[in-house]
Amino acid sequence: MAVTAMKDYKFSPADTQDKFHGGQLLYVGWDDHLMFCAPFAYCLPPTTLFSDLCEKILANSFGYHPDWKKVDFTAASWLKSGKPWQPDMTKSIGELGLKHKDVLRLKTPGLKGIDGTCS
Amino acid sequence: MDMQASKKKLGLKEKYAHMTRGLDWETSYQPMDKVFPQATFEGIKIHDWDKWEDPFRLTMDAYWKYQAEKERKLYAVLDAFAQNNGHLGVTDARYINALKLFLTGISPLEYVAHRGFAAAGRNFPGVGPRVACLMQSLDEIRHAQTQIHALSNYNKHYDGFHDFKYMIERVWYLSVPKSFFDDAFSAGPFEWMIAIGFSFEYVLTNLLFVPFMSGAAYNGDMATVTFGFSAQSDEARHMTLGLECIKFMLEQDPDNLPIVQKWIDKWAWRGIRVLSLVGMMMDYMLPKRVMSWKEAWEIYFEQNGGALFGDLARYGIKVPECLAQCSIDKEHISHQAWATFYQYGGAAAFHTWMPTDDEMDWLSAKYPNTFDKYYRARFTYWRDEAEKGNRFYSNTLPMLCQVCQIPMLFTEPGDPTQICYRESDYEGEKYHTCSDGCKHIFDDEPQKYVQAWLPVHQIYQGNCFPEGTDPTVEGFNPLAKVLEWYHLEHGKDNLDFEGSRDQKNFDTWRGMATKNT
Repeated sequence: MAVTAMKDYKFSPADTQDKFHGGQLLYVGWDDHLMFCAPFAYCLPPTTLFSDLCEKILANSFGYHPDWKKVDFTAASWLKSGKPWQPDMTKSIGELGLKHKDVLRLKTPGLKGIDGTCS
Repeated sequence: MDMQASKKKLGLKEKYAHMTRGLDWETSYQPMDKVFPQATFEGIKIHDWDKWEDPFRLTMDAYWKYQAEKERKLYAVLDAFAQNNGHLGVTDARYINALKLFLTGISPLEYVAHRGFAAAGRNFPGVGPRVACLMQSLDEIRHAQTQIHALSNYNKHYDGFHDFKYMIERVWYLSVPKSFFDDAFSAGPFEWMIAIGFSFEYVLTNLLFVPFMSGAAYNGDMATVTFGFSAQSDEARHMTLGLECIKFMLEQDPDNLPIVQKWIDKWAWRGIRVLSLVGMMMDYMLPKRVMSWKEAWEIYFEQNGGALFGDLARYGIKVPECLAQCSIDKEHISHQAWATFYQYGGAAAFHTWMPTDDEMDWLSAKYPNTFDKYYRARFTYWRDEAEKGNRFYSNTLPMLCQVCQIPMLFTEPGDPTQICYRESDYEGEKYHTCSDGCKHIFDDEPQKYVQAWLPVHQIYQGNCFPEGTDPTVEGFNPLAKVLEWYHLEHGKDNLDFEGSRDQKNFDTWRGMATKNT
C-alpha cells in the first residue's frame, strides 16, 4: 500500500547494490547454533568462490564454535530464502546466481550446539 | 490612575475556559485549511473539536507553578547526591551500565518527543488538544534535561556517558529507538498521537519507566529515582492525553476505527520490539533485580493492558493480533538480547558480562520453562571460555531487520531453536524482517522502510568511518574506524565489565570511603 502522505512519497532504496563498491550483500545463518545470535551479513565481490566462502569467510565468523571443526560440507545442506538449494563449491557466488541480499541457511546434520541445546 | 481590578478571582472552570479554549480564533487572512494543512490527509474525520474533553483542565500559569516546584526539589536532591558522592552508594558498578543505556537510548527520545508533540500541537485545529500537546511538549524537554542533568554526575566518574547526543544518530543499537521515533515523527499528527501518545505513553510506558525507576530504587541510585518521581506526575497526564485522544477519534466518526486499529497494531509491535532492551536491562543489568521481564510483562501488559483493551472494545477496537506472539516471546527476548550485546560488546558503549551462578539460578527460577533448556549451557560455556582467556566477541556484522533494525535474533514463535526469517520483495529488491509483525508493517508501507538507515549496510557502504579514512590502505581495521566514528573509545567504553576502568575505579573509590588503607 502507498504511504498516506501529503505529497508524492517516493524515495530510492538505501541499499541497492550499486552503493556497495562492487560488492553484494549475502546473509548466512547456521541453523541450530544460536551462539551466533543472528545470521551474519557479508559484503562480497560476486567473484567470491563458494569454497572460499565456506572455508575462509564462514570459518572466520563461526570458527569460535567447537562444532565448526566437525562441519562436513559434503554432508551439509543449504536453504536459500527457506527453500532447498544446492551449491557447486567450485563456482563463484555470482555464477551460482546468488543475488544481492540473498539469505542462506547452513544445515549441518548431527551438530546441535553446546550440550545439544542448539546454542 | 490605577486600573480597577475585579477583586473576584476566576474559578477554575472559568480560568480554564479563558486560558485554553478562549485562546482560539478563526483565521481571516488565510483559510483554516491552509493554516492547518496536516489536519485531514491521514483520513481521520473530526466533526467537532469542542467535544474534546481535557480531564486535567490545566492552564499554563498553573503548569509553570507546579513544574517549578518540582524542579526545585529535584535539583536539591541532585546537588546532594553529587556532593555526597551518591554514585558510590549503588549496589555494584555493573548497575551504572543500565544508566548508560538509558542516557544513550532513552533520553534522546524524550527530546524527539518534545519536538513531536510541539508539531502535533501546531497541527491540530482544535484548541483543547493543542494546549495539551503544548504542555506535553514542555514536559518532554524537561524530562530530557533533568535526565541529562541527573546522569551528568555519573559522566564525571565513569566511561560511556560522554557523547549520547552524537551517538544516537550513529551507533548500531541506538538506531533501534531512533528509527522508532523517526517513523512516528514522519507520520501525520493523528498517527503520532496513536504511536507515541497512546501506544508508547499509555500501553507501554509502565514497562519502560517502572523497571528503570524501581531498578534505580533497588540499586541505591537516589538521583535517578528522583527524576523518575519528578516525571511520574507528568506521565499520568500523558497517559490520560493518549487515552482521551484515541477515544475522541473513535467517537468523532465510525470511519476512523479501521485507521486507528491499523495504527494500534503497528505501534504496539514497534514499541514491544524497542522494549527488548528494557527486558535485558531488568534480567541482566540490574545487580539487585526488581522482578523479571516476564513478570513485568504479565502485570503491566497482560493484566493492565488487557483491562484497557476491554474498555476500548465498545468502540470496536480489538487487541492487536501480534500480541499472541508476545506471550511466547516474554520467556525468551531478554536472554536473546543480552546474548547479542555480550557478543557484540566490542561495539557497545557500555560493558557486558555473563551472569554469576546465583544470577543464573534466579533466571532459572523466573524462567522455569526456558532458561535451563535453551540458555544456561550457552552462557556457562561463554563464561568458562572467558575464564580461560577466550572471551567470545563476534567478529562479523549481523543481519538486521529492515523495520525494527534489531539484529535478526528473534526465534520462531513455535520453535525457540530456530531464527525467524521473513522476507518481502518490493520493486526488485529483497527486504528481510525478523517477525510476522515487522513483515506486516513493511508490506503495508514499503516505501517508508526501503529508505531505512541500517547501520550494518551503512558500514559496508563505507559511510561510517571518520572523514578522510582510506579503507583501501593495507591493514585497514574497519571495526576500529567505526568505533572512532561512533566516538567510542576502545578499551574504555566497550568490552567486558570484568577488568574495566569503571570496575577498578568504583572499587577503589568505595574502598576509600569504607576502609582506612
